[in-house]
Amino acid sequence: MVLKIFFPQCCNRADSGLLVGRWIDGHDSAVVLAVVHYPFIPGQVKLYIQQMQAQSGVELTVLGSWSLPKDGQEGMESFLRDLSTIFPQERWLQISRETGKTGFSCDILDQNGVALQKVKKKEKSDGEEEADDEEEEEKVIFVHYEQRKVMLSQLHPVENGVPDSETAPPSELRQMFRTVARSQPLFFLDRYDDGPLKSTHWQSEGREGSIIVELLKQATVPLCLLVGWLLSLWTWFCNVRVFSLLPFRFLSSKLSSCVQLSYRTEHVRTLSSSRPAAGHTEFMRKANIVVSLLVDVALGLLLISWLYRDNHITMVANTLVPAADRVAKELEDLLQWLMGAPAGLKMNRALDQVLGRFFLYHIHLWISYIHLMSPFVERILWYGGLSACLGLTFALSLLSDMVALLTFHIYCFYVYGARLYCLKIYGLSSLWRLFRGKKWNVLRQRVDSCSYDLDQLFIGTLLFTVLLFLLPTTALYYLVFTLLRLVVVLVQGVVHLTVDFINSFPLFAVCLRICRPYRLAEGVKFRVLCEEPGTALHLLMEMNPLKCNTVVHTYRMPTYSCYPKDSWMGLVKKLFVGELVYPWRHKNTKTD
Amino acid sequence: MGDDAFTDINGKSISLDCQSHSSLCREFIVSSPKVSIGKVMVYTCCVWLVAYAVFFFTENTAVLSSAILITLVGMMLHIHFVKVDHESLLVVGSLGIQLSSSYASGRETTTFIERSKIKDIVINEAIYMHQIIYYLCVLLKEPSEPNAVSSVVPLFQSSKPRLNCLEKVYRSCQEVLSKC
Repeated sequence: MVLKIFFPQCCNRADSGLLVGRWIDGHDSAVVLAVVHYPFIPGQVKLYIQQMQAQSGVELTVLGSWSLPKDGQEGMESFLRDLSTIFPQERWLQISRETGKTGFSCDILDQNGVALQKVKKKEKSDGEEEADDEEEEEKVIFVHYEQRKVMLSQLHPVENGVPDSETAPPSELRQMFRTVARSQPLFFLDRYDDGPLKSTHWQSEGREGSIIVELLKQATVPLCLLVGWLLSLWTWFCNVRVFSLLPFRFLSSKLSSCVQLSYRTEHVRTLSSSRPAAGHTEFMRKANIVVSLLVDVALGLLLISWLYRDNHITMVANTLVPAADRVAKELEDLLQWLMGAPAGLKMNRALDQVLGRFFLYHIHLWISYIHLMSPFVERILWYGGLSACLGLTFALSLLSDMVALLTFHIYCFYVYGARLYCLKIYGLSSLWRLFRGKKWNVLRQRVDSCSYDLDQLFIGTLLFTVLLFLLPTTALYYLVFTLLRLVVVLVQGVVHLTVDFINSFPLFAVCLRICRPYRLAEGVKFRVLCEEPGTALHLLMEMNPLKCNTVVHTYRMPTYSCYPKDSWMGLVKKLFVGELVYPWRHKNTKTD
Repeated sequence: MGDDAFTDINGKSISLDCQSHSSLCREFIVSSPKVSIGKVMVYTCCVWLVAYAVFFFTENTAVLSSAILITLVGMMLHIHFVKVDHESLLVVGSLGIQLSSSYASGRETTTFIERSKIKDIVINEAIYMHQIIYYLCVLLKEPSEPNAVSSVVPLFQSSKPRLNCLEKVYRSCQEVLSKC
């Protein structure tokens, strides 16, 4: 078997001492965590290891001895061998390094202090002899790792909680990562401590920490309480009986600003819980929420500072009403054109006139509504603009709602046109079946043949002809208003996608990936360090950072998705048949 | 150790560099030839001639500058994402296998497969366009069933060496893997 020793880089130049670490079961590998220096009292070392084991839950043991002889220290060989009898172990590693050389040499002793193998040959022997020896020997691989990075990094894919007994036990690397991450208490002992023991690890020069982080940690507790209290107030207000009545519920499910508000409320509720985040996934989720909330509010404040400077609001309000007027005027022109002979098509004159007048009257109603509203538009915009301090997403949702309300007439036209067209298509299709002597069997969901009377056939054929000749007129109106409607839906869709993007983009994870690539590790990569002939193999283990698209995919926050429900073909089919197309997704429809 | 010349499936010459760091660890580096200057010239000339022809009819100088931009950006994207300079395979007995490919711009992508997940390394046949080629691949174990193969990771994907080269790599790999 080959023995793998994971050795921290920070201990390369440590003074001689004992190696503290853990054997990984079933993989024949050892993780060295720290070096405890001479002089020490063995009883104290045992006590210290027991304490650490209780605190961290890692099976810590003394793995062996480490020696880096300095000037004047000779004849350690026998002393090191005696140490193995003080700390009885199944296997005792005796790693030593000589001052002039880069490589380590390692002896493995069994319980009785007999050398199981000797990797480094100190005797000067012929090359052939050495080669012969090597083939019979067991081998040692040193894997050097950077303790800080390994401790802080998270191996992906993330596994949460206790692994099931059914699946295979976690792999060697995962166990090694977990060991280093959990033995954090071991790294608190630094050189400035006055205790009886001195040790070397990545924090032995002094503990790493940031005063800002500690202050923020202190500040979050009252902040969470305050936010929680405000949240309970808001929840109480939302639960007032009036809001659970049917029209309010219907409105709030259709208005995107209301949906966005409830979404953000859910976020704040997640944040304000006093329980600290349990696992890595939950922590990342919370951090992502905080960062996206902050960015959102910052963007909103930027928008506010632009809107309320130099009276931009008045400018917008002054352009809005004439714009609506112009749209209405254009629509009127369009209707007039349709009522004539559009593109040289000869329409059914009577139906054309009826439909045209009907829509003209609608536009007239709409214009008077707009003019009634015009004095209040500026004030509405002023107060609506204030909502941007809740975040840019909220302002955008409000914009989407306003677009929906201002283009309500287009929606109405579309619905009338679609219903009329749909009716005709259905009538035509059923009459076409009658024409062929068939009918739709509802019970069996199929087309059956059927014998009709002569009268039925006559009336049916007559109606079919009438509908067929009237179809182009209806279809033309339907086509024009559908195109108008699609433009509005497109605008709303773009706004919704922007909101969705801001809501769900895992900004914190991406920043972490860019600034601290080792924190999110996909795996590891190895590099062969310079080797000297005769010593064991030395490998350097580095973090392999997660790919950016994987980061986005893994940490993307779930949203009330407003992507179109249908595929493109489905959409076209729906438009052709004349079913209504909505920008929002119906809640009751299941999507995968 | 040695640096041998082989050919890939298209007949271009590639070189295989075997480094034996110890009896437990071997590294194989397959380097493909560099981008030939003639090819670059041909592509650049094509783009520029087309741009000049368009410029001749439209008399818009933006066409020419955009052609220069397209050539530069295209070259950068090519060396950063497409052109693989060399691929290496690091086999460490009892630890695992590491595959890495480094692109002409210096970008490196690395994946490491642990020994416990590896079932075997084999040479496989595949139909590629209108020919049958051999490739080296790593078989991964199914975690629940030790005898089943869950997936296959092909090696040396961009420089596709011929069978004689693959056999050499295969023999050394098996030698290292069988030791532990």
